[in-house]
Amino acid sequence: MNDARSRHGSPQDASSGEPAIVASDLVKRYDEVHAVRGVSFEVAPGEVVGFLGPNGAGKTTTVRMISCFLPPTSGTARVFGVDVRERPRDVKRMLGICPQEDNLDPDFDVLKNLLVYGRYFGIPGAEVKRRALPLLEMMALQDKAKSPVASLSGGMKRRLILARALLNEPRVLVLDEPTTGLDPQARHAIWTRVRALRATGVTVLLTTHYMEEAAQLCDRVVIIDEGKILLEGTPEELVRREVGKSVIEIWNHGPDVVLSMRQGPGRLEEVGDRLYLYPEDEEQAVHLLESRFPGQDRLLRRATLEDVFLRRTGRALRD
Amino acid sequence: MREILRNLSLRSLRVLQRDADVYFTVWKTEFLPPLLEPIIYVFGFGLGLGQLVHDVSYQGRTLSYLAFMAPGVLAVAIMFWAFFETTFSSYVRMYYQKTFDAILATPLLVEDVILGELLWGTVKSMIASTIMLGVLSALGLVHWPTGLWVVPIAAAGGLLFSGFGLIMTSAVKTISQFNVPMFAFVLPMFTFAGTFFPLDILPKWALAVAWCLPLTHITILVRSAVLGMGHPMLPVSVAYVLIVGLGLGAWSLVRMKKRLIQ
Repeated sequence: MNDARSRHGSPQDASSGEPAIVASDLVKRYDEVHAVRGVSFEVAPGEVVGFLGPNGAGKTTTVRMISCFLPPTSGTARVFGVDVRERPRDVKRMLGICPQEDNLDPDFDVLKNLLVYGRYFGIPGAEVKRRALPLLEMMALQDKAKSPVASLSGGMKRRLILARALLNEPRVLVLDEPTTGLDPQARHAIWTRVRALRATGVTVLLTTHYMEEAAQLCDRVVIIDEGKILLEGTPEELVRREVGKSVIEIWNHGPDVVLSMRQGPGRLEEVGDRLYLYPEDEEQAVHLLESRFPGQDRLLRRATLEDVFLRRTGRALRD
Repeated sequence: MREILRNLSLRSLRVLQRDADVYFTVWKTEFLPPLLEPIIYVFGFGLGLGQLVHDVSYQGRTLSYLAFMAPGVLAVAIMFWAFFETTFSSYVRMYYQKTFDAILATPLLVEDVILGELLWGTVKSMIASTIMLGVLSALGLVHWPTGLWVVPIAAAGGLLFSGFGLIMTSAVKTISQFNVPMFAFVLPMFTFAGTFFPLDILPKWALAVAWCLPLTHITILVRSAVLGMGHPMLPVSVAYVLIVGLGLGAWSLVRMKKRLIQ
């Protein structure tokens, strides 16, 4: 929690020593649903933190409480020391928010979208125009300034939303599932830009259910499920601690394989028609499997964040 | 309510400005209905019905049916433009376009967004009725300068129906549910609020109902302005429109805030 990545921090943010975000015991309860049940965490200036969780885990609700969309039922959240409930306008001035859903103005062209958005922040039109060009260039949209939003592809819209979120020069960028529904090229285009932004020292809070996205972008991940934080740490640390180095996946197997491996070389999980073996010594485990069941379908691979995630949040469907 | 009042700010004008920008981006199609509507009404109702109904007696004066009906058309427009803007259009912005969500990611608060919508509904009523006033004046149906009173009347009446519209928007679950207030309130008012025939031909019970309807009072005000003549109920109608207008406006802030923040 305290491994502040000062190497990313902008001079002003890193030197102030004040955390970018502090949430303590955030709770959000609806009539029947207890969406968030006591979430506490800190984000250091310049850090990129990812919230991972299955659908309905409470990650978006948590992020929406921090960005002043939803009042917490109890608990507090501060952004650079400013309380989200006491001074929401000041908090939102410091945030750049990329929502899950496209909420660009379909009646305006690309540039007009930025101009109108800048007005909400009280940024004068000339200044917005000055800032818009480099932002559109960064997002590879400079030729689209006069295009209607409806003519943009899904990836372009997402990049425009990102450009819009940067218009007020935010200290904290909030990305709520920034690449959901995008094709691989568009996804990598977003990742490249987020990494570039991270190098400028902006603090990033992102939610995702793509493990690769979290591993690619985040200094630290927080795994959240059923409204509570299950785990947190750097992606590598979590994989090492929770799963180990490698995983052997086994399929097309008979019941004897299950029996044999169960008292064997590591923890075994049976999910549907597949076995997951987390070996203490991978060579020994492969050797054992080979010798007892020659020709058995198997795959030895590196353990990933996805294994951590599925192990801790279960493999059952959530919706 | 105190919190809502404290959170209201001039930033709501940014929301009004956004809606107005959209309106003027597509102004060619937006200006057309208020230009054509009175012409269609005047030709359809005025010339058609006017053949059957020659003169109308109104407050001791005898008027042509066309002269009687024209202010009714204006009053109806004040209702329609504010109601449709704050129901169907606001709902599209809120639910389909997620425009409110986008605005709430900026220093504006939910109160600013609702007030902005309320003001835009009001302004739209004012724009439409001003255009229609011009058309009716060209047809020689407006008494000047009293006709100018239509603009402030449209402001008050626009606020009233914008408040009403937003209250409906805070309540519906799907866009098609707007049919309920449409048939329960808006269409009955369209017909029974003294717009197209004088109130005093109604039976007693219907008259009592008519006096409760906001459009009845807006019609009295508009007709007085357009014809340049007084009406014994004027003070009551002014008070009704102002009080109910502010009341519905305030109530819509409470209801919409509940809907938008859960």
